[in-house]
Amino acid sequence: MARRARLVAQGVAVGLVALLFLLLVWTLVTEEGGDLAESAARGDLPQAPDFTLERLDEQGELTLSSLRGQGVVLNVWASWCIPCKEEAPVLEQVWRDNRNRGLVVVGLDAKDFRRDARRFARRFDLSFPLVYDGPGDTLAGYGVTGFPETFVLDREGRVVEAFVGGVDSDEDRARLRAAVDRALET
Amino acid sequence: MRLLPAAFAAACALAVVSPSWAAEPPRAADLEAELVCPVCETTLDQSNAPVAERMKLFIRERIAAGDTEQGIKDALVREFGEGVLATPPKSGFGLLAWLLPLGGLAAGAVVVALLVLAWSRRRSTPDEPEPPLDPELERRVDEELARFES
Repeated sequence: MARRARLVAQGVAVGLVALLFLLLVWTLVTEEGGDLAESAARGDLPQAPDFTLERLDEQGELTLSSLRGQGVVLNVWASWCIPCKEEAPVLEQVWRDNRNRGLVVVGLDAKDFRRDARRFARRFDLSFPLVYDGPGDTLAGYGVTGFPETFVLDREGRVVEAFVGGVDSDEDRARLRAAVDRALET
Repeated sequence: MRLLPAAFAAACALAVVSPSWAAEPPRAADLEAELVCPVCETTLDQSNAPVAERMKLFIRERIAAGDTEQGIKDALVREFGEGVLATPPKSGFGLLAWLLPLGGLAAGAVVVALLVLAWSRRRSTPDEPEPPLDPELERRVDEELARFES
């Protein structure tokens, strides 16, 4: 009986350790994280993680991969973020200047109230597609650590340039224009 | 004076018929301790992040509008997801977070009980007789003891 009890206890302990190990493996395998900005800066052209999110500017959803064949400027923002207010007119201008060349600007509003986001869009007269991710579930896949961040994707959905922080200086704007040109060349 | 019992009875009846009259409105401080800022991931009362300040304002607006505690929590979950709750809900997948520790405790208690059972059984088995001493050694021990006692 003592031997049997010891065997049961050992079995439970081994089972628990195996369960914890499987959890660790599962976490590592399913983790989408990665610093896309760093990878893009090295010129690796990492694939942008796909998402399907509710639209803020109209009914329905938008799937990033449905924009394949067009260049995409994906801007991660929130209405409470101060640099987002400064760069919003820049992004609207990029959209208006390049939409006929096959560029789509997508605003990804995260960790925000829908109502505040819509008010922000009206205030800055944003006319490009806006999607909403209240919990911010898509951010980890892009390695987003703060607001705003902007990713320029080529026609195959690869990140050609990333901006950590606002696109608000002359230098940033010139870099963004150059990245858009590169994205549309492919 | 005779009206007092009647007034008391009427008040009791109203309280029973409309229990919501007796319910106090939720307190902002309580809600702020039970909800998490989605940016800094601390409870709202510990955070002064812009989104946390906005959420605090939202809570006060909803309290002023007469919303219930659950109504306010539900509204914030619709915006920010269930991660906004400091404690997981006691239903659906969130129930697992409450049950798993209890399951772990129960499994631990079973393991401890089995070990104690095994240990007590081992203790209760009669001791095996010790092997006899070597006669020569026994004689020397007896001699030493006799010398010591004398």
